[in-house]
Amino acid sequence: MSIYYEALVSLLIVAGSVFVLVGSWGLIKLPDLLRRLHAPTKATTAGVGGTLVGSMVYFFALKGGPSMHELLITLFLFLTAPITAHFIAKAYLHFHVDPAAALPPTSGEHGWSTFDALPEQRNARPSEPTDGR
Amino acid sequence: MLRDSRDSFAARWLPHPVLSIVLTAMWVLLLNSVTVGGVLLGIALGVVIPAITIRFWPRRPPLRSYRKVAAYVLLVMWDILVANVHVAWLILFRPVSKLRTRWVCVPLDLESPEAITVFAGTITMTPGTVSCDLAADGRCLLVHCLDAPDAELAVQEMKARYEARLKEIFQ
Repeated sequence: MSIYYEALVSLLIVAGSVFVLVGSWGLIKLPDLLRRLHAPTKATTAGVGGTLVGSMVYFFALKGGPSMHELLITLFLFLTAPITAHFIAKAYLHFHVDPAAALPPTSGEHGWSTFDALPEQRNARPSEPTDGR
Repeated sequence: MLRDSRDSFAARWLPHPVLSIVLTAMWVLLLNSVTVGGVLLGIALGVVIPAITIRFWPRRPPLRSYRKVAAYVLLVMWDILVANVHVAWLILFRPVSKLRTRWVCVPLDLESPEAITVFAGTITMTPGTVSCDLAADGRCLLVHCLDAPDAELAVQEMKARYEARLKEIFQ
């Protein structure tokens, strides 16, 4: 493997690692969950991305053919990261956020789906016991 | 008569031809080598998985143009790169007290669930924004911004940059 390839691979891996390090530092520095959520979802995509591109270049230089595993890892990461972030955010909303005080109103007449339902679904819901028990 | 039975055969065994091709290609990529056995198993997966999961997509909005999809993917890739540098900068050099963190409500023009999902996913993956919730009637999106000096401007930017392009792709 030529020195140029080695330099390129090293550069990519170091650059990726720097992003992962910054993402981890963000987890420590930022005070609350929602702001912490920004650090790993962003800073880590470039970290993992840089490392994966480095891996592709390395195997290309070593074997002469392209390696496709890395593209799949990127694809799976991009499919799953937003969903994970969404679930974490929703759980946080349920536990720690008062929708009336903290959230902006929706543009329509219905509330946010974590707290509100459409009127027809509201009625379909089993009514809560008001007395006894 | 013959044509009918052939159509129903295709509809029954290949309800989602693009997904079948993607799954087969993905399986071959996972193996990282092209062998007869691998391709056959890939084709088997490409037939079985869409047949099992057909109920998850009752309506499939057609994509208008694959060229626009490719352009959109490249744009998002570039934005993610920029986002990473921007968020890294905020984390390293901005004191927490000076971050203008806020919620914004993004009204949606997109209608199909698929398009809204892609839009929300894009927002989560790009500059300092995470999409957290959808209105009960599906007409607006709750987005958490790490640092947004102007809420109105942030909303306009998201709508112009991503939603307008997705509208061209999906509607």
